[in-house]
Amino acid sequence: MSRSALDLWVGFFVALGLAAILFLALKVGNLSSANAGETYALQAKFDNIGGLKVRSAVKSAGVVVGRVTKIDFDSSAYVAVVSMQMDARYKFPRDTFATINTSGLLGDQFIGFDVGGDTEMLSPGDVIKKTQSAVVLEKLISQFMFNQASDTKDKDKK
Amino acid sequence: MRMATNCCRRRLEVSDNRAVQLLIKLGHQVTSRLWRLGFASRFFLAIFLHSGTSFRRMHLTFREIYFTGVMSLIIILVSGLFVGMVLGLQGYDTLQRYGSAEALGILVALSLVRELGPVVAALLFASRAGSAITAEIGLMKATEQLSAMEMMAVNPIARVVAPRFWGGVISMPLLAALFSAMGVFGGYLVGVVLIGVDSGSFWSQMQATVDFREDVVNGIIKSFVFGVIVSWVAVFEGYDCEPTAEGVSGATTRTVVTSSLAILAADFVLTALMFRGV
Repeated sequence: MSRSALDLWVGFFVALGLAAILFLALKVGNLSSANAGETYALQAKFDNIGGLKVRSAVKSAGVVVGRVTKIDFDSSAYVAVVSMQMDARYKFPRDTFATINTSGLLGDQFIGFDVGGDTEMLSPGDVIKKTQSAVVLEKLISQFMFNQASDTKDKDKK
Repeated sequence: MRMATNCCRRRLEVSDNRAVQLLIKLGHQVTSRLWRLGFASRFFLAIFLHSGTSFRRMHLTFREIYFTGVMSLIIILVSGLFVGMVLGLQGYDTLQRYGSAEALGILVALSLVRELGPVVAALLFASRAGSAITAEIGLMKATEQLSAMEMMAVNPIARVVAPRFWGGVISMPLLAALFSAMGVFGGYLVGVVLIGVDSGSFWSQMQATVDFREDVVNGIIKSFVFGVIVSWVAVFEGYDCEPTAEGVSGATTRTVVTSSLAILAADFVLTALMFRGV
């Protein structure tokens, strides 16, 4: 069995295909930015998570510092329990404030960390105490409309 | 043989009754389809049992990868580029109405990696390479080359069928990946270079949304499954065809039709399994 021009073409084809997969993984996908490195778990309880999903980002100062891994419902307190995997390079104070934000007006929802001033840091497995639920746009609009309606009624009475 | 003559005699006896004859025809159709399906499944197993040769004598498989994979490169690359460019144009047209033209990268990449890449590449592969495989094996059968091999104690499944099957299975994921990559490049050409969407947000939004395991790997799994389907249908239709000129042409047509339908049906099942509520 000897080498032939055919082998060269097959090798060229396979190399090209593998390069395409690499391109999809690194340039199109987020394999390069997805941290395969060390992580630690945190939990937070929210009254309402809105449209938050598993794999949503956790950001602090706009930088992605972790991902949502699990969303459960606590049936004893009727709250949502969100589990997160945080990048081990970043530590946060105990009084960190977790809010659910929206990127843009109708964009994806993510958890934002507003850092407090505590000297003690959150350790793996901790539950974040201070949280703020998602802003439900429909509720805001309906409140606004009801207020408007009652305002005009008062004016009519006067 | 005896069963066939029995069947004919019985048909003569009841030929006066139209409804009964129709029923017999229907039953015959169903039985023959089931028969073919059973034979196809056994054939699939036989390919696996006899595929040792195609890996021990790699040059047999390499030859098939050359004919199915390398020769399909041009059609896959060019159509990938054009599909990506069309996606760029159409996607931009819709997205800019909502003021989110920067999401063009997400739209192009996700639709290519998840769906269009594997499916369109597989459809092209079925009509470019699948039909050729069927015609080749069918013609080998028609000119009694397969019987000649058996006479020389060479197993035609090991020597002819299995290398073609594995060549197709190996080529398909690579071709689909090339199609997707080319499509993303086409979308970039139209979106960023031609229309002027911001290059940074095009790539960064794409990278933030497309997940390697969820999207890219699932797309590769899909194209692998399609590769098995197309190659299986192609070698089976060739091996099972009537050894006449008419039979070979019919088998070639059936390969394209059956594998295209099977690809689309399998795509639905795989999509339902992979992307449920993510």
